[in-house]
Amino acid sequence: MDTFQLIILLLDATLRTSTPLILAALAGMFSERSGTINLALEGMMLGGAFSAAAVAFYVGSPWVGLLAAIATTIALSLLHGFACITHKGNQVVSGMAINILMSGLTALVGIALFAQGGKTPALDKGSRFQPITFPGAEAVKDVPVLGPIYSELLSGHNILVYVAFIAVPAAWWVMYRTRFGLRLRAVGENPGAVDTAGIGVVAMRYRAVICSGVLVGMSGAYLSTAQGASFLQDMTAGKGYIALAAMVFGKWRPFPALAACLLFGFLDAAATRLQGVVLPGIGEVPVQLVQALPYILTVILLAGFIGRAIPPKALGRAYVKER
Amino acid sequence: MSKTVELPRWIDVGALPLLNLLLALVVSGLVVLAIGENPVEVVEILLYGAFGYEEAWGYTLYYTTNFIFTGLAFAVAFHCGLFNIGAEGQAYVGGLGVTLAALYLDFLPFPIMLVVAMLAAMIFGAAWAYIPAYLQARRGSHVVITTIMFNFIASSLMVYLLVNVLRPEGSMTPESEQIAEHLRLPFIHDIAGALGIEMASSPLNLSFVYAIVISVMVWLFIWHTRWGYAIRTVGANAVAATYAGLEPGRFIIIAMMISGALSSFMALNEVMGVQHRLLIDFTAGYGFVGIAVALMGRNHPFGIFLAALLFGMLYQGGAELSFEIPTISNDMVVVIQGLVILFTGAMEHMFRPRVTKIYTAWRLRQDAGEAA
Repeated sequence: MDTFQLIILLLDATLRTSTPLILAALAGMFSERSGTINLALEGMMLGGAFSAAAVAFYVGSPWVGLLAAIATTIALSLLHGFACITHKGNQVVSGMAINILMSGLTALVGIALFAQGGKTPALDKGSRFQPITFPGAEAVKDVPVLGPIYSELLSGHNILVYVAFIAVPAAWWVMYRTRFGLRLRAVGENPGAVDTAGIGVVAMRYRAVICSGVLVGMSGAYLSTAQGASFLQDMTAGKGYIALAAMVFGKWRPFPALAACLLFGFLDAAATRLQGVVLPGIGEVPVQLVQALPYILTVILLAGFIGRAIPPKALGRAYVKER
Repeated sequence: MSKTVELPRWIDVGALPLLNLLLALVVSGLVVLAIGENPVEVVEILLYGAFGYEEAWGYTLYYTTNFIFTGLAFAVAFHCGLFNIGAEGQAYVGGLGVTLAALYLDFLPFPIMLVVAMLAAMIFGAAWAYIPAYLQARRGSHVVITTIMFNFIASSLMVYLLVNVLRPEGSMTPESEQIAEHLRLPFIHDIAGALGIEMASSPLNLSFVYAIVISVMVWLFIWHTRWGYAIRTVGANAVAATYAGLEPGRFIIIAMMISGALSSFMALNEVMGVQHRLLIDFTAGYGFVGIAVALMGRNHPFGIFLAALLFGMLYQGGAELSFEIPTISNDMVVVIQGLVILFTGAMEHMFRPRVTKIYTAWRLRQDAGEAA
């Protein structure tokens, strides 16, 4: 296999591994830009993945599964909102609680429903999202350079991959070009001013966490009904936290977050390929180092060595109306 | 705002947390019902499994030991206004310290080794907490995010070390060599046996006693020393602390390092007391449960002890449960944990306004009665 082919394969894998990160990072962004810390991405993703796989198995349609995933994650978002926005509870604790709860609940319900040790039954072709082949992908396959880029890299992914990449400019547009986005950002920076303008802070924050729920639900469904063919216990394996790191790395903005997700996805894809590979001059690269790189890079960024990451001003603070 | 009366202490630290705990348990019961089992039976098995026979007690207290350490760790940082979510990673790296000391200084006699192992755990755990602490204190990076990142970094680092460095030659499993027999913490049943008392064998070891001692020391430290006072001041109001001549950054670092050291003591129980070697993921989520333990215990060592006992009971009883009822796996305990954290931690204010209203009405009526 020549180098070009290898690069195409690696980038192809990168698109696949970064898709759930992109969706979840955007989800985190909507929530945090409105002032609600969302550490629950991991647990919500897990809940979404489970619902999608379980419902898709019963109904036989990935789309119904996707809807179930989104319904689950919206419900979890509302729970998070109920604790943090309505009852002004601690947002970090609420997020951790949802993560732990979902880690147990998905396995418990999985065993009760399917008795396969926490797994859901394998989905057949019809109940999963299938790759979409672009028109003419077969025909241009042998065109040098551009052919493989079109037919292997761009074509042949499932619908959710494309949705994730469209979601980034869409999120940007909503966030920076609509009244809703302006209010959402304002409520995360200075809720007092928004309240003075006669806009309900609580309602605004609830809407933001619902947006967050929709996006993270898609990322969960992607894991179990598009990338994989069933739900596995704790299948998110820290992806929610990586998405969180990517969102922070992207300084709470859609396009930089996309770049961070692609970088982290690339590291993930490369880690599996680098196993046991000896690089000239460096020696064998420890896979664990590559796996830890997203976290290390995020810490370095947060330390202020790669520009400054400034969170929304009112992040983590419940809004108390003066009496 | 209408007139309210401040809630007395017994409601604030007693009744309200209990009310929240009750709600968490009721919802857990509903989950049990939903998966088609009988909640009453589950509670019976849980309680029997945790306290029903002598061996069960030992296991319950063994789990309790871990939760005391991680609960105290979270509490100390919390008194300084910090969320240390990194107990998991700090304990993991602390375990590395204990293991290295026990493996490479195995010529030391046990009493000296005990001190050396404690110091090694403290140093490794505190060092792992130092970086996020420094970044929070001096560069303003949020400690919640950095400690989460450090948990993952610790996990990768330890897998690397266990697979490539610590694994004995020829072994396939990624775990360290066994530590020498004379360097292991004695089991309580062995100590009792030496004193002529018959006890069922369990993993409960000397570190439980150590956990109690440390609890008292943390209580003394937080409420009866200058540093403890300074830490609480910084936690309550960092700006006021600055005006009082305290440098918040300094105490943020101190509190986090103490927190890291406390979580690392969990490794004494696990590595030196029970497993006798370093295992992958030996921290098994105890660090995260420490958050729940501290929040339920209102960040006071005595409360933490009670909450740790509750979680120890859930762990041991839960293990029994998965034997008795196959449809209920250990995950039920994880669900209960999540619900307890949710209701006692995140939704702790849910009942407060209502309880305050009821209590105020009751007091006003009483006052009126006395006046008449």
